[in-house]
Amino acid sequence: MALLEVDNLQTHFRTPDGVNRAVDGVSFSVNAGETLAIVGESGCGKSVTAMSILRLIPEPPGKIAGAIRFEGRNLLELSDREMRGIRGNEISMIFQEPMTSLNPVLTVGRQIGETLRLHQGLNAKEAEEKAVEMLTLVGIPEPARRVREYPHQLSGGMRQRVMIAIALACNPKLLIADEPTTALDVTIQAQILELMRDLKHRVGAAIVLITHDLGVVAEVAERVVVMYAGRKVEEAAVGPLFRTPRHPYTQGLLGSMPKLGSSLHGEETRLAEIPGLVPSLKQKIPGCVFASRCPHSTELCIQVAPALEEKAPGHVAACHYAMKEGALAA
Amino acid sequence: MTALLEVTELKKHFPIRGGFFGGTTGHVYAVDGISFHIERGETLALVGESGCGKSTVGKAILRLFDITAGQVVLDGKRIDDMTAATLRPLRRRVQVVFQDPFSSLNPRMRVRDILAEPIRNFGLARDARDLEERVAKLMDTVRLPRDAVNRWPHEFSGGQRQRIGIARALAAEPDLIVCDEAVSALDVSVKAQIVNLLQDLQQELGLALLFISHDLAIVEHMTHRVAVMYLGKIVEVAPKRSLFAAPKHPYTEALLSAVPVPMPGAQRERIILRGDVPSPINPPKGCRFHTRCPYVFDRCRTEEPKLAAPRTAMAPGHVAACHLHDRPDSENPLAVAKGEAVIPV
Repeated sequence: MALLEVDNLQTHFRTPDGVNRAVDGVSFSVNAGETLAIVGESGCGKSVTAMSILRLIPEPPGKIAGAIRFEGRNLLELSDREMRGIRGNEISMIFQEPMTSLNPVLTVGRQIGETLRLHQGLNAKEAEEKAVEMLTLVGIPEPARRVREYPHQLSGGMRQRVMIAIALACNPKLLIADEPTTALDVTIQAQILELMRDLKHRVGAAIVLITHDLGVVAEVAERVVVMYAGRKVEEAAVGPLFRTPRHPYTQGLLGSMPKLGSSLHGEETRLAEIPGLVPSLKQKIPGCVFASRCPHSTELCIQVAPALEEKAPGHVAACHYAMKEGALAA
Repeated sequence: MTALLEVTELKKHFPIRGGFFGGTTGHVYAVDGISFHIERGETLALVGESGCGKSTVGKAILRLFDITAGQVVLDGKRIDDMTAATLRPLRRRVQVVFQDPFSSLNPRMRVRDILAEPIRNFGLARDARDLEERVAKLMDTVRLPRDAVNRWPHEFSGGQRQRIGIARALAAEPDLIVCDEAVSALDVSVKAQIVNLLQDLQQELGLALLFISHDLAIVEHMTHRVAVMYLGKIVEVAPKRSLFAAPKHPYTEALLSAVPVPMPGAQRERIILRGDVPSPINPPKGCRFHTRCPYVFDRCRTEEPKLAAPRTAMAPGHVAACHLHDRPDSENPLAVAKGEAVIPV
């Protein structure tokens, strides 16, 4: 059985000018110890998906429907009290902005200890000892001194390490990381990605990595879900997804990225563009959500939404024309 | 012919106010003695991590503040010590595109007025009809529909707003545009549209660009030469291909190896720098990179290296500030071309 099963998740928001279908029927599963990446551009619903799993969406105006099964229990049916026992304990989360997600008036030791005292009933002294241990685990030098410092005394990279320490303090089975390195510089990003890879081996938690950076996906994920305009358009293991993307959106996304090293081989090519804009999520789209920007779209695409089909073993895509084997039939 | 822009030993130190009487208690050495030039029609990239001073350089060239020391020469005329009145006509020739397309356009001005403002300010239009015609042409240039001039900035998406920002910069008919992280805030698919637009415009109009960015893949894609900054200093300048194929400064090498590439399972040599960038308030003595450099030796801690052409550089015009190049090649890990090893293919 999968650790987490998200089944036909629909997160809609009521707004003054209509219902915003931020997530519109997304399903995926995460196995124990696995790293799944959810990629997509801003507004595709990837962060809302993450927030929905932990039920951090305010209701109303939000409304979550479908099923989110964690170890067989549907999280959407739990009481608020039961949910609090899961957050930070069995499922924890790392946010993008390490400055705003830490409390500026509490020492980092207090903040790491908070989850331990709440979920594991440790006393203040034990919690501080464990906090020092966690800071050592995430590679912060002089942990015994740092544990008494405040967030503003730490650099951006160190704050993100503290966030990871808080998230891992209770040995969660699932870690949701929402753009964990986006706000960081590239050399610091390399440190944090290295840390996440290393910790995954040592701690064994499953990771759901939310990102827009395909480079980061290629480095840490095992399986990838590509989202576009609130729907899942493709899912595959990381190798096949990058080698033979099946959905025209994924193909477009990969084609529009400049590749590092292009000048070494004299490939001075123009970047491929995806023309047009993401459709508004406030109108019901009967057909394929990508049809208005797709180079291959036909009348069928505009009228009928393509189902997710298995195009190769373990490789699904929602496209009428993506062939079972080989590239797209134009 | 002289270069379009010549910057010599530019310094910008920001005073830190504090203490009981609000006196100066120290300085942030944001930019600490850098020199470079930009030719007509050329794109020079300025890359580096946050806080390295790259945006400060851009603002100094635009003269958004007075510099602490050094010279900025635009087309043979020294502009860093000009009075505001004499500088005014020259401001037309250097324009800017900012990072955030949401905060850089006035929400209370229609697109027409945003584009007409620089044309009016510099007296470029003969009459009202000419003004209207110029605004319409600018919309064509950035591939926006002409009838969108009556709309407000909030009616556009991020990519379209960035097009408006570019059109506004072009309105003054500049020779040089400073692009300060101009594509960083955009989504991948939109970013490609704007990068292509900038490249087309450069070819059509013969513009020079100072492209300030932290994204090395984009820099490699669209620039001619690259200057790498670290903690207020330029550590390496080189023609693009020479820099990416054979970096001659350890920081550049580490930067290249740290960029995640969209190739799962790619084999590459990884150099993970330890620690954080030191504070520009109290930069390290000697080479500023020595606290994080994997190849550091005694001399680096005391003596500051100067920019010089390494013997092993791949192309002329490639300079780096590193003591390693004074050593015999057998003791210099950067003597060989390392690009292929750190960038997977």
